[in-house]
Amino acid sequence: MCLAIPAKIVELFPGEESRALVEVVGVRRHINTGLLEDDPPKAGDWVLIHVGFAMSKISEEQALDQLHTLTMLGEQQAAMEEAQGYGLNDS
Amino acid sequence: MKFVDEFREPGVIGKACGEIRRLADPNRHYRFMEVCGGHTHAIYRFGLKDLLPPNIELVHGPGCPVCVLPMGRIDDGLSIGKDPDVIFTAFGDMMRVPGTQGSPLEHKARGMDVRIVYSPSDALELAKKNPGKHVMFFAIGFETTAPSTALILMRARALGLHNFSVFCNHVTIIPAIRAILDSPDMRIDAFIGPGHVSTVIGCRPYDWIARNEGKPIVVAGFEPVDVLQSIVMLLEQLNKGEAKVENQYKRVVPWEGNHAALKAMGEVFELRPYFEWRGMGFISQSALKIRSAYAEWDAESRFHVPGVRVTDPKAAQCGEVLKGVLKPAQCKLFGKECTPERPVGALMVSSEGSCAAYFNYEHRKNAVLTSIGA
Ligand code: SF4
Repeated sequence: MCLAIPAKIVELFPGEESRALVEVVGVRRHINTGLLEDDPPKAGDWVLIHVGFAMSKISEEQALDQLHTLTMLGEQQAAMEEAQGYGLNDS
Repeated sequence: MKFVDEFREPGVIGKACGEIRRLADPNRHYRFMEVCGGHTHAIYRFGLKDLLPPNIELVHGPGCPVCVLPMGRIDDGLSIGKDPDVIFTAFGDMMRVPGTQGSPLEHKARGMDVRIVYSPSDALELAKKNPGKHVMFFAIGFETTAPSTALILMRARALGLHNFSVFCNHVTIIPAIRAILDSPDMRIDAFIGPGHVSTVIGCRPYDWIARNEGKPIVVAGFEPVDVLQSIVMLLEQLNKGEAKVENQYKRVVPWEGNHAALKAMGEVFELRPYFEWRGMGFISQSALKIRSAYAEWDAESRFHVPGVRVTDPKAAQCGEVLKGVLKPAQCKLFGKECTPERPVGALMVSSEGSCAAYFNYEHRKNAVLTSIGA
């Protein structure tokens, strides 16, 4: 539930309510950066995301470390599912 | 064993374990509570328990949002979903949690429009796409998740989106820790503090645990080395006779927390006078309610819910396990009537629930580092 996974900001959309495109475990997805409005991320920054919202900025080294651990433990599948999101396909 | 060779820093793990053995007094029994379900998962997943000396006991805390939700709230949420115009949405974790008449997934099988969402934003999008329907989001989670729900409610109000509401079950971690410390059958020496909750609330709210209760607390990350290192830090404090709040997870957790997230929560939520927790009874000021300015998006004020208190099945001992009084395998139903495939209690559903974590990794001997023998 409190799983947070590292993602890299690919693109920001100025003018659009805190929307950002990120890449996370090889998947691109839109997230919300509204919780980082005090210190907004730039393209190329790494963030930890939880339920589609960026929670905090982290260093690239930290992010890669954590991704490496996820992959090694075979938990990347779970992370990927979480990242892709589901439930909207049938709407 | 196959992971061990590749493991990022087996040397560091071995070192931390050596440090723990050096610091732990063999004549003393230590009880450390990991508050967060994410830590419980990590501890079983990696088999960390086996790396610790036997006199260090890890007690699993109440920090699994799915597990602490009493059954009556699940029934209440599902009662709203019975309206054919309502789409019931929730995180995947919630889908197999049993209510009195079955889980959300079982209700779906009987025809209820139940959808899994990955993010509260997805629920909002669903409402936009289905103007003829009402989309209700069954919100759960501690302070890690509550700010996201707050932002979504602010967005729904800004958009004037009237076919969307939130059934709010957000809870707060501090009163739960207080309830554990106040409970007479509980003896805890120190706490491993929640990592991701603390990215939001920061480290200050734990001050009283150190200052008034005299218990050390270390906010910790989720990798094996993080958990072991936080145990080293706790032992160091205990050996020096100190009790303070320390932050092992500095790379992610700012001491002051996330101001923007706290602001959003303050805008949308207020504290409920009391809220029921599974197995722990009513805890005062332990949960969040949607403020009246947002009443239009509050499912509890828009819909009539039964609000009936439902007790768990008699043989289930989820409450004792949640409070750390019993270990998962000591529950009479564990591994028999209650398994991850056919859960009786919520602790067997969520991957952060101690029963599921224990069953999947300890019982099935799947833990990653068990044989490192560091
Ligand atoms: S084994 Fe099942 S019934 Fe027993 S405490 Fe765990 S979740 Fe509850």
